[in-house]
Amino acid sequence: MISTWQTPAGMSRRHFMNHLAGSSAVVGASALMGGSIQAHAETLRKNRKSAILLWMGGGPPTIDLWDLKPGAPTGGEFNPISTTGDMQICEHLPQVAQQMKHLSIVRSMSTREADHNRGRYYMHTGYVPNPNIEHPSYGSVLSHELMSQRPELEIPPFVSIGGASAGPGFLGMAWAPFSVTSNGRIRNLDMRLDDRRLLQRMAALQTIESGFAAKTRDTPASEHAKVLDKTLALMTSDQMKAFKVDEEPQAVKERYGTTGFGQGCLLARRLVEAGVPFIEVDLGGWDLHQNVHATLKNTKLPELDKAMSALVEDLAQRELIDDTVVMWMGEFGRTPRINANAGRDHWARSWSCVVGGGGIKGGIAVGDTGRDGTAVESEPFSSEDLMTTVCKGLGISTETTFTSKNGRPMKIAGGGKLISELVS
Amino acid sequence: MTRSVLSLASLLLCLAAFPAHSVATAAGPALPAQVEKINQAIEQGWADYEIRPAKEVDDLTWCRRVHLDIIGRIPTATELDQFASTRGVDKRSKLIDKLLHDDQYTEEYANHWATVWTNLLIGRSGGNDRRDLTSRDGMQKYLRDSFARNKPYNTMAFELVSATGGSKPGTPDFNGAVNFLINKVNDEKAVLAASSTSRIFLGQQVQCTQCHNHPFNQWKQQKFWEFNSFFRQTRALRKFVDGTRDIASAELVNEDFKGESNEPEDAVVFYELRNGLTKVAYPVFTDGTAIKVSGFVSDVNRREELGRLMLESEYLDKMIVNRMWSLFMGHGFTKPIDDLGPHNPSSHPELLDALGKEFRQSSYDLKQLITWITLSKPYNLAPVLGGNNKIDDPSIGEMPKFSRFYLRQMSAEQLYQSLVTATKATAAGSYEEQEQQRRRWLQQFVVAFGTDEGDEATTFNGSIPQALMLFNGELTKNATDTKTGGFIDRIYKGGKSPTDRVTDLFMSGLARRPTTKEIGIARQLLMARKGNEKEMMQDLWWAIINSNEFIMQH
Repeated sequence: MISTWQTPAGMSRRHFMNHLAGSSAVVGASALMGGSIQAHAETLRKNRKSAILLWMGGGPPTIDLWDLKPGAPTGGEFNPISTTGDMQICEHLPQVAQQMKHLSIVRSMSTREADHNRGRYYMHTGYVPNPNIEHPSYGSVLSHELMSQRPELEIPPFVSIGGASAGPGFLGMAWAPFSVTSNGRIRNLDMRLDDRRLLQRMAALQTIESGFAAKTRDTPASEHAKVLDKTLALMTSDQMKAFKVDEEPQAVKERYGTTGFGQGCLLARRLVEAGVPFIEVDLGGWDLHQNVHATLKNTKLPELDKAMSALVEDLAQRELIDDTVVMWMGEFGRTPRINANAGRDHWARSWSCVVGGGGIKGGIAVGDTGRDGTAVESEPFSSEDLMTTVCKGLGISTETTFTSKNGRPMKIAGGGKLISELVS
Repeated sequence: MTRSVLSLASLLLCLAAFPAHSVATAAGPALPAQVEKINQAIEQGWADYEIRPAKEVDDLTWCRRVHLDIIGRIPTATELDQFASTRGVDKRSKLIDKLLHDDQYTEEYANHWATVWTNLLIGRSGGNDRRDLTSRDGMQKYLRDSFARNKPYNTMAFELVSATGGSKPGTPDFNGAVNFLINKVNDEKAVLAASSTSRIFLGQQVQCTQCHNHPFNQWKQQKFWEFNSFFRQTRALRKFVDGTRDIASAELVNEDFKGESNEPEDAVVFYELRNGLTKVAYPVFTDGTAIKVSGFVSDVNRREELGRLMLESEYLDKMIVNRMWSLFMGHGFTKPIDDLGPHNPSSHPELLDALGKEFRQSSYDLKQLITWITLSKPYNLAPVLGGNNKIDDPSIGEMPKFSRFYLRQMSAEQLYQSLVTATKATAAGSYEEQEQQRRRWLQQFVVAFGTDEGDEATTFNGSIPQALMLFNGELTKNATDTKTGGFIDRIYKGGKSPTDRVTDLFMSGLARRPTTKEIGIARQLLMARKGNEKEMMQDLWWAIINSNEFIMQH
């Protein structure tokens, strides 16, 4: 403790901060700095896996994007086009079509939750909401598992861009998504204080903090300290430059599209390069109860097409695609039937997700929803199945088990089954 | 120890002054019957589970707690002093009374509860977009006025559900209550109006049943559309700012509803079953009571009928009791608190039921309900998870037993108010200016989910953005400023000695005196600051407001 009162001359700020994190922390992530670990860093970097979730808030009409039914009464007005994969998709996703060799479509998703909150929870965790337990989201779970591959990571391992994603549940606030806007600007990052004085303040803070935790013996009090550590590590890290999406060349920014989602996808690629294991990028506004086709054609699909195709193409060009799983999904699909307002309503019984990269096979469509899309006519798949397959693609054992606070064992990805067509 | 001496002293006083009065006060002041009811039910639960509750919380921590819960901010050092020097076994009940009824607190009480209810009724972002029909100012004005006058809860519920008029203060026919529904009636057949009203006021989760019968909810699709039918005479009219899509003003009106088969005398709503069959619905309340089927407003005003039926429903009573209980205790009797269906078990069903009835009998006086809860034994316990109540941990999925005060984080609004009022961290201005400033600050934590229902989350949830804000943000910078006349300057000029002033800081932030160790830290800081006491106080105050102890309601 006393040593934190004076800065030895010549000590770098980063080194200094790590000292502090090591001494003040309950379990600071940055306290892991050590020579032997660093020696392995290069090997680890070669093998490290990441995942990007493109989250379509509101529930996208997948029947109009990935599983078209031309000619059926439910089909809508769009035509299918060929792709570089062995499937057809919507004509308004021409650039994504060029990347489909890297991505596969699961057309036989069949789930039960058609309410936004419940569906969001279920698709993010693999569990239905339960008043007795808060399940950790896939982002928390996967980043937790993948952290061992990147001991050098100082920025949060789970970043949510342009949305809130879903929480860490019983894993605790240290595994919560770090929520940022798509321009990557992070508020209140400037310290406005010299290092030595900050350290002294931190020492005072630690005294108050640990006193309260000891007195109440309750989790929220001790969780707080872990978040303080992560915050301190992030504030002082050079790795934060990964968030500076503005520094990308103009041509690259334009390739992704100068929309929130476009810049969010570009930011996601930068974070993968920096070693962040799980990134979610949100694109909302899919709750198309009215004017579904006009909205898709004029706004949603052009934005999606540009950003999603740029991301996959960029990952492939940088040789990151084989180590990065890309997922695309929302909380559910939308009704095959087109309603009186030319919209589609909530529908969970038969819909599509898209997945590729990492160890996951691209270029195929799995499952069949028949002539009009109203029912899955092949083996149905769930959130758990999809995530089990993603785990496999990331090299995470599907036998990995977590223990909730009340001692209940919980298998990663809810013990789903592999979608065997997608993994070898 | 101190307390028993005090009790004895006051008992003697009491006996001397009123020799004929009951000796029952030896154990404490006479409590309202409702409080006894709460205590009995909760204590029964402790006995059943063989747990011993935490000790009673100390006076100062309790004082901080009750300020945060009733008026939405921590107490100032002066308020703590006043409470500490109050004598008598009924000092807690006196403070509750003061916070609820003394004129000096009316405005803060009304603002706090208006904030809580604005977030509940229109979310944290409702009315913040210029294209939104909702006027956040209008909503807040209505709620502030209602809470300032302590309007009975049933009247408020009726007004919010049945209101017509203009949304913005200053427009003709202004009625702020319309802002609850004004953005929920035009789209998607007023689905959102139906689901919000039933969830917020009746604790009935119906949003899933819009499309299908719920697998484990007693609500069926038919019931959803019957309930929805009550909102089908309602329209939101808008006027744009010339040449833009910005909303100049909006008005909520009742119009004749001709039904989906164009027969206003028999104004029907159609909906579709999942198997494609079409069914019909008319306005029928959740308990099966039907009203006239006419869509003419002159025949029947559907929302007013709904309001009347709601006031007869016991679910109205249970929902508000459960909500208020959870706001004060950190957990409700059910989880989530706004799902009271039979599929969702309650931790104390009889107590919830009894409190609902008592609240109805008290003419829906929210201040009485607050008094009962804050005087109750569970609200007065220490926030300690100990060996004797280890199983009372709702965070691991146990039903709450209320054998301790559950730690929880302040809301962003409570933090703001605490720093602004207690330390005068921002410049004063008119109410409107201050409110705009507050709103801008609060907006940084809101994240939308991108659905039509306007679902949103907050990053003021103990995660990194919140920590960054408290470390480095403008609010902290202002709160720790050493300028003349500021909070630190005032304390600096106040106390008799450095130790006194350090004590003042701890009292102001944490409602307690510093420990020996903390005084040691202050001394080290003073050395590190080369004897500049103001700078030491600045460092210490920064550490205090960044601590778990500060941000937690405890």
